[in-house]
Amino acid sequence: MDALQLLVSGLANGCVYGLIAMGFVLIYKATEAINFAQGDMMMLGAFVALGLTNHEWWGWPFWVAVPVTIAIMALIGYLLDALLLRRMFGQSQIAVVILTIALGFVARFAAGAIWGHEPQSLESPIAGQDVRFAGLVLGMDELFVIIVTLLLTVGMFFFFARTKLGVAMQAASQNQMAAYYMGISVKRIHSMIWALAGAVAAIAGILFASKGSIDPSTGLMGIKAFAAAVIGGLGSLPGALLGGVIIGLVEPFSARYLGGDLARLMPYLILVLILVFRPHGILSQVQAKKV
Amino acid sequence: MRIVFKRSYDADIRLFKHGAQAFWYILLLVVAIALPYLVGEFWLGEFTSMLIWAVAGMGLMLLVGHTGQASLGHAAFLAVGAYANVLLMEKLGLPFLLSLPLAGVAAGLAGALVALPTTKLHGIYMAIATMAIAILTEDIIVILEPWTGGVNGLFAPDIEIFGVNFNRYGNITGMYWLYLGITLLVLLGYRNTLRSPLGRSFAAVRDSEISAQAMGVNLARTRTLAFAMSCAITGIAGAMMGHFSGIFNNETFNIVISITLLLMIVIGGIGFIHGAFVGAFVIVFLPQGISFTRDALSGVFGSSSVTIPGLESGVFGAILIAVILFEPMGLYGRWLKIRTYFELFPFYRRDMFKRQKSYLKTERMR
Repeated sequence: MDALQLLVSGLANGCVYGLIAMGFVLIYKATEAINFAQGDMMMLGAFVALGLTNHEWWGWPFWVAVPVTIAIMALIGYLLDALLLRRMFGQSQIAVVILTIALGFVARFAAGAIWGHEPQSLESPIAGQDVRFAGLVLGMDELFVIIVTLLLTVGMFFFFARTKLGVAMQAASQNQMAAYYMGISVKRIHSMIWALAGAVAAIAGILFASKGSIDPSTGLMGIKAFAAAVIGGLGSLPGALLGGVIIGLVEPFSARYLGGDLARLMPYLILVLILVFRPHGILSQVQAKKV
Repeated sequence: MRIVFKRSYDADIRLFKHGAQAFWYILLLVVAIALPYLVGEFWLGEFTSMLIWAVAGMGLMLLVGHTGQASLGHAAFLAVGAYANVLLMEKLGLPFLLSLPLAGVAAGLAGALVALPTTKLHGIYMAIATMAIAILTEDIIVILEPWTGGVNGLFAPDIEIFGVNFNRYGNITGMYWLYLGITLLVLLGYRNTLRSPLGRSFAAVRDSEISAQAMGVNLARTRTLAFAMSCAITGIAGAMMGHFSGIFNNETFNIVISITLLLMIVIGGIGFIHGAFVGAFVIVFLPQGISFTRDALSGVFGSSSVTIPGLESGVFGAILIAVILFEPMGLYGRWLKIRTYFELFPFYRRDMFKRQKSYLKTERMR
């Protein structure tokens, strides 16, 4: 029973990691850039939702605030690309990485200045309720996180496989020049990917904030989610979820059986091992180029 | 603009291109040596801190700027240097003059150990791997508590050289001169490495791995060596930092320091040794500048002093975004452009420093 309990809470945590990792993968898949501010975007999404919902701020009903938050974060993502990242088109990956790290600094500062640095929690209807099921006591919030993540992953998969826009995004990622010749507006596609990543970050943020408290430095959790993305294989959406779940499960189990110090090591230890022995992740997308 | 008439092949790699250049650098050195007589103790401490950051920056610059490998985990090697130095002094009773280079060697060995599996990774994957190793190091310090003191940290003993005591609070002037000397030695070594065949092979690997291989450069060996040398320099900076701050623990060398180091050399200017110094100057004096501006502003508007937590990092981030967007070559690159503009006065062209743009193809198809 104890192990099962750990399993469910680990899965729920892993799903949040997986959602942030999905943001990394979306942007990497389409633009070959790594957005180190993804964790901070999640934090911003959580704070926007909190600002709209909580009573000491605007006090909107939760289910109205959720779509508005997603729309706001999608807009922020679109504008980030259209105003800042588009200028970096064609420059080295490391330059983009550094730019997004700097964006993270600014986001953390903005959130701290607007909403304060104390931990706060979102007043959501799913927080604090239990579901009793066959002798197990499961948090409603944990079940909700798992279900939403699964739905979102399936939705993403069909979006990239079946819709015209999704296929255009894949094409733009494989060869920008060729995609441009085929009549795809590569720059607009990139901005839309950023908007999508912003929306996913908002969902992750809302889920995370309804599970526990948030403060402006919550975004640093993005590093762990990034490890998840690399473990699963950068560029693979199922891989992001897989990596997130692996990290989410390894953490509580190693904390239970190995002790806290080693448990904090584990995600990064796995990351280093994966990088050394299977550099492109478990669900690797790298294929040998024919010469 | 001065045109140097080259009479020998050595003229290409001389330390100073011509006498005027040598004059300005020697003038700078004289000012640096005379600094304790020019500024107060507080500012001298800040300049000492700047020297430490500059040495660490040179370590990272060798890797990022001159070999083209990214590292997001250099704080780990700062930590190795700092801990190795203090442990050698405390447990083995070595004098500082011996323990400092040995700390550098220890960090270099640690770097080589890390480099063996990671240098085969490229670009972003390398950055990720080094970042993971930096986070691991932070936790390993806690786990190795019997030696490292865990979260309680270690006290760095005072530096004694030939009976003279160097302490931040007791003898900051002496400490400044000592650190200036170390910085100059590292600088000279760095500059000379760049002039040697090894330094040339670093630059060749940075510019094109395939062409470097075709010219007979052993890729794996060069990259590992660059990583180890970079870590050794960073380790020396770590040892200096340990003595400067007096006490340090695992938190002193966290991931934020690694990121700050990388951002510092980007602001300064990637690929120039000057960039490490310019970046260190910005990093150390930016908080002072912000608080100074804030005091001046509240003086003008007559309001009580406004304190916004996290303002420093916010401003730092904004400056960084501006630098990356408008001046990818960093502050030193901007200075070079301004100088070239005046040297060539009516003939400067806008795209003189422009690099060719390349269109991205996916990395996932190798």
